[in-house]
Amino acid sequence: MNATPLVFVQNLKKYFPVTRGVVFQRVIGQVRAVDDISFAIEAGQTLGLVGESGCGKTTAGRTLLALYQPSGGRVWIDGHDVFAARGAELMALRRKAQIIFQDPFASLNPRWTVNAIIGEPLRVHGLSKTERERTERVQQLMELVGLSPRQINRFPHEFSGGQRQRIGIARALASDPKFIVCDEPISALDVSIQAQVVNLLEDLQDRLGLTYLFIAHDLSMVRHVCDDVAVMYLGKIVEMGSKDELYEHPLHPYSQALISAAPVADPHTARRKKRILLEGDVPSPLNPPAGCRFHPRCPLRLERCTQEEPLLEQVAPDHHVACWAVKAG
Amino acid sequence: MSVILEVKDLVTRFDTPEGTVYAVNGVSFHLNEGETLAVVGESGCGKSVTMMSILRLLPMPPAKILSGSAKYRGQDLLQLPEDVLEHNIRGREIGIVFQDPMTSLNPVLSIGYQITESLKYHLNMNEQQARQRAIEMLERVGISDPARRLSDYPHQFSGGMRQRAMIAMALACAPSLLIADEPTTALDVTIQAQIVELMIHLREQANLSLIWITHDLGVVAGLAERVLVMYAGYIVEEASVDELYDHPAHPYTLALLAALPRIDKRRSQRLKSIPGAPPNLLVKPHGCPFAPRCELAFDRCHIENPPLGAIAAGHSSACWVDVNTGRPQ
Repeated sequence: MNATPLVFVQNLKKYFPVTRGVVFQRVIGQVRAVDDISFAIEAGQTLGLVGESGCGKTTAGRTLLALYQPSGGRVWIDGHDVFAARGAELMALRRKAQIIFQDPFASLNPRWTVNAIIGEPLRVHGLSKTERERTERVQQLMELVGLSPRQINRFPHEFSGGQRQRIGIARALASDPKFIVCDEPISALDVSIQAQVVNLLEDLQDRLGLTYLFIAHDLSMVRHVCDDVAVMYLGKIVEMGSKDELYEHPLHPYSQALISAAPVADPHTARRKKRILLEGDVPSPLNPPAGCRFHPRCPLRLERCTQEEPLLEQVAPDHHVACWAVKAG
Repeated sequence: MSVILEVKDLVTRFDTPEGTVYAVNGVSFHLNEGETLAVVGESGCGKSVTMMSILRLLPMPPAKILSGSAKYRGQDLLQLPEDVLEHNIRGREIGIVFQDPMTSLNPVLSIGYQITESLKYHLNMNEQQARQRAIEMLERVGISDPARRLSDYPHQFSGGMRQRAMIAMALACAPSLLIADEPTTALDVTIQAQIVELMIHLREQANLSLIWITHDLGVVAGLAERVLVMYAGYIVEEASVDELYDHPAHPYTLALLAALPRIDKRRSQRLKSIPGAPPNLLVKPHGCPFAPRCELAFDRCHIENPPLGAIAAGHSSACWVDVNTGRPQ
């Protein structure tokens, strides 16, 4: 394992303004989509970011690549300060850090051929001298992700969902990145295809030494793919740890509920399994609860939780939790 | 145990500009009184189309039911006059819950209107009685302050509450059979667990027979008594839930289970992926539909489609190969 992390995120914040009025727009509030999160990913490792819809995991992934203007915090990728980078340094960063999107239908231009889609990063970053060289490189990339290079002049609609996701992966790999944000790369795919794409991502990691931030809501898949896992709730990381520690000894009541609610494909275990049922729904991030954001749904709620926000604290090597009840024992 | 629904040799096709879609290709199954049956398969396997055919909810054309019968307590639903089906069966004897509660609720009508509508139509209740019954139903599915919530519109409900309202609506006329088409797929895991618990509770309370359509072998394990696995418009395996997970007999079921990571176990190996892509339904089925992706396929599989045959008591599989030995049966 490397001593210095490849990706280092410190106090990252992203607030979206909520406006009212068409002509005279006023800001009437802020959605705190990502509210002060910090983590690090060592080179060659995979960090899983899990949570339910609206918890800010996708926003976190996009903001740390500076695809959204951050509201606060700093991010270093391979030693470069992402938010301070300009000009040539920013271009170099964009080459090193790439993203794979969730929806393989919406994230590919339907009017472009595969050649144009996968070749675009090569063109933008000037990575191939001639058109011929670029086409050859695109063909190599297609082979790398398990597509037939003969299909280079086809359009996205001629491919199945799994193949389209492979095109998205090839595009991300075109600029020879070190770090890839995988934003729910398999959740739009059928079960039989999910395993294909996950295995491909793992093979590529082994061969190319890639570092992943794997954003997902499927907790079983995250346990399979990741080395470390961070659980998000309403813009905050509530628990973080190495995967086996976190799945076998979850401490935060939200992580416990999340893990207990995940279905298991075995009727004997499923019948024995005690599900922790949370009351109600996730509150609006526009107006999050005071104190601990989870307290209105929390079975362990203390007086303190309603007033004071718990911070992420270390409870064991490689295991951090933000919870007053855990702290109180 | 008496049989509540018996479907025989159902064949449904769609005529589209691209050609004929072979959606359901001779499906036969039955459901016992008070039983929970899960229909599992990936997108396009015909699981929803089968149920929609039985209820005659498909637009015809393009859909065409070529043959088959669907006897509900002795009455063939495919032969009943439309007005009898609409007034006495659909929404009255057989309730339906759809996958996406946002698109299947009418956004411009209040929740109360949408629940009372079916009560007034099917049970000839007056406004007062229907309102009272709607309040009871919302309370039973766990919506707090139901009297006030009746005048809310769907957008004022969260995703989980909308699905609860859909369930309340489906159960309002006290049907004997409920068909739930991927009712938890659009929901987050903690909300999914709430809905599954609710269904288990309601099923016992109301002595419901339940058909649960899903692609998730995990959800099924804790819920169903019997499972049908579908592929390319065919039932390829049928078994009790324990038998199916303990002794899967069709290579497709086997492969699906091996492709799923387990949340409750440490990672031991790579996921086993199913090669190739889901079947193209525009091509007339020829041989076993799974043969092109099957590890165990031999000559006969590509020529002749195996019939669904009993291999043990209550366990049928459509395969020429014995999966335990890998040799032809």
